[in-house]
Amino acid sequence: MAETITLGKALNHGLRRALENDPKVIIMGEDVGKLGGVFRITDGLQKDFGDDRVIDTPLAEAGIIGTAIGLAIRGYRPVCEIQFDGFVFPAYNQIVAQVAKLYYRSRGNVRLPIVIRIPFGGGIGAVEHHSESPEAYFAHTPGLKVVTCANPADAYQMIQQAIVSDDPIVFFEPKRRYWEKGAVDLDAAPDFPLHASRVVREGADVTVLAYGPMVKTALDAASAAAEDGRTLEVIDLRTLSPLDMGPVYDSVRKTGRAIVVHEAPGNLGLGAEIAARITEECFYSLEAPVLRVAGYDIPYPAARVEEEYLPDLDRVLDAVDRSFGW
Amino acid sequence: MANGESEVGADVPAGGFVQLLTPDGERVDSVTTPDGVTYSVDFTDEEYRELYRDLVTVRRLDTEATALQRQGELGIWASLLGQEAAQVGSGRALRPQDMAFPTYREHGVLYCRGIDPIMPFGLFRGVDQGGWDPNEYKFNTYTIVIGSQTLHATGYAMGITMDGKTGGPDGEAVIAYFGDGATSQGEVNEGFVWSGVFHAPIVFFCQNNQYAISEPLERQTRIPLYRRAAGFGFPGVRIDGNDVLASFAVTRAALDHARNGQGPTLIEAYTYRMGAHTSSDDPTRYRIASEVESWKLKDPISRMRAFLTKQQVADEDFFGEVDETAGKLALDLRERVLALPDPAPVSMFDFAYPGGSPEVDAQRAQFEQYQASFGGSEH
Repeated sequence: MAETITLGKALNHGLRRALENDPKVIIMGEDVGKLGGVFRITDGLQKDFGDDRVIDTPLAEAGIIGTAIGLAIRGYRPVCEIQFDGFVFPAYNQIVAQVAKLYYRSRGNVRLPIVIRIPFGGGIGAVEHHSESPEAYFAHTPGLKVVTCANPADAYQMIQQAIVSDDPIVFFEPKRRYWEKGAVDLDAAPDFPLHASRVVREGADVTVLAYGPMVKTALDAASAAAEDGRTLEVIDLRTLSPLDMGPVYDSVRKTGRAIVVHEAPGNLGLGAEIAARITEECFYSLEAPVLRVAGYDIPYPAARVEEEYLPDLDRVLDAVDRSFGW
Repeated sequence: MANGESEVGADVPAGGFVQLLTPDGERVDSVTTPDGVTYSVDFTDEEYRELYRDLVTVRRLDTEATALQRQGELGIWASLLGQEAAQVGSGRALRPQDMAFPTYREHGVLYCRGIDPIMPFGLFRGVDQGGWDPNEYKFNTYTIVIGSQTLHATGYAMGITMDGKTGGPDGEAVIAYFGDGATSQGEVNEGFVWSGVFHAPIVFFCQNNQYAISEPLERQTRIPLYRRAAGFGFPGVRIDGNDVLASFAVTRAALDHARNGQGPTLIEAYTYRMGAHTSSDDPTRYRIASEVESWKLKDPISRMRAFLTKQQVADEDFFGEVDETAGKLALDLRERVLALPDPAPVSMFDFAYPGGSPEVDAQRAQFEQYQASFGGSEH
């Protein structure tokens, strides 16, 4: 039975399902217990599963990830919450130097089935450190997998798939979309691979690649473009490391144009890697260079100007125009 | 209480604390801690009255800010309600040459530094990120990531030593503010290590307000926080954080200790966050009303008022005048907050690099061209 729920609630259901399915799954983070997390993603879970499975940790991100490593070596499957994107950096050392490398270092003897949940991105009018998009740091680190969901149905399935996976996974949650609603079948087993991109709107003229919070923006742009007689094909990348480029190549060979959209700064962002790969694989199909619509290469600005900083419908359509003007 | 080792009671944590003014407004002449240090204050009547004025003013401004946030004029507000004594006492203990490193809640310290209280409101309104000049005000920018500023403060203090600016009454000292939650961060513990090793002229001022958002103190520590200092090789003192006199006396002594070249001190100000963590938080989810009520009986302002009344240092006319003056300041603050201009969107490209960047310059030009493409209308 499909229910219409928010993305945040879908994550909550997914975490609940994961806790039910495997007694080794534990949740750890700041305020995840009684409070249910500052975004209420873990609401009610400590009450139902106990404070030894849903653990309010000391206020120390390096500690959260570092102890999760030990728990994972011991056979647990920790799901760690980092409260905000900009607070992950005290844990960066543990994630990049340890989580990412232990399997390799131990010649496959140590698996770290850790999921690191990070609400990311802007658009909520927050103060500094609460609106960042640090995904490229992690996607650039071999040994980590990086995924992000864009709608409630994917949120519900992907968080469960990430927890079941033996790979360490950084799971980015589009915080400005936590309150967006969609249909979710809570009884359905995951039927789409975790590390796969997906065409979410078909079109013939331009391929628009987005992930996380920007998928909705891309879809809105596609609706607006349709009124002008241009059809945009929108692909939700879903997995940022590894990238799933097959559907992207198929689409670009059809449309001849590609635009990558992300909130993170453009310089060395996901868009750069994607543009390079498209150019290598689809060179003779391209009618225009791959364009990027991204955050500017500046620190995330004050809330009162963030709408001008963030890619929006107009900036996507502007890129469509530029592509056709080539 | 005489030796700082009081019995466990409703008002005093196990192990005691330095208290010079009881919740009932009784003055304790002096307190000598187990380390053998005696703390007291010697204020004139006028100085007592001005401390009271500070407490009331700081609370009144904070109340105004909370109202502004509820009315949608601030994106968020981190209230200091209940922590006025810790902040006013320590803030007034600073000498002009001392440097403060605040978190995002030290509005009372900011006020006591003589800084225009409007200064942090750009940050909370979202029109800027709190971009004042730390050296001009001897007050660093607010730091939001928990605990990071303790290392910055330590480095600054090491610089004071390198500059030869310790050793005597004119010496400089640093105060680093942080909370109970921050004491779990590695960076804060590294700040303790470095300060100890380099004998830095610093006072670590921990406002233990009992909660890190929803998590009670027991999630951060198994021993009283002030006792951690021993392991790092410098003294730790716990004070009644709702007692402005204790806050002043102990901070002043610790700062002078530091400026004399005698190294760091950790002060744990035992207090209570009467409000939410920030305006985004809902404390009814994790703590009971009776706990909050019990702390109301230890209110920092009412005890000072009781003391001033009993000692006949101030009368109703004075209290009324203080309220009225604080109210005027609050209304003035409100008007000026509402008048804070929104930044021009293109200003977001300012200050990306001191040396500039051709790439950012190019993006700024593109941005301006793009904005102009909307026909000059407000986009």
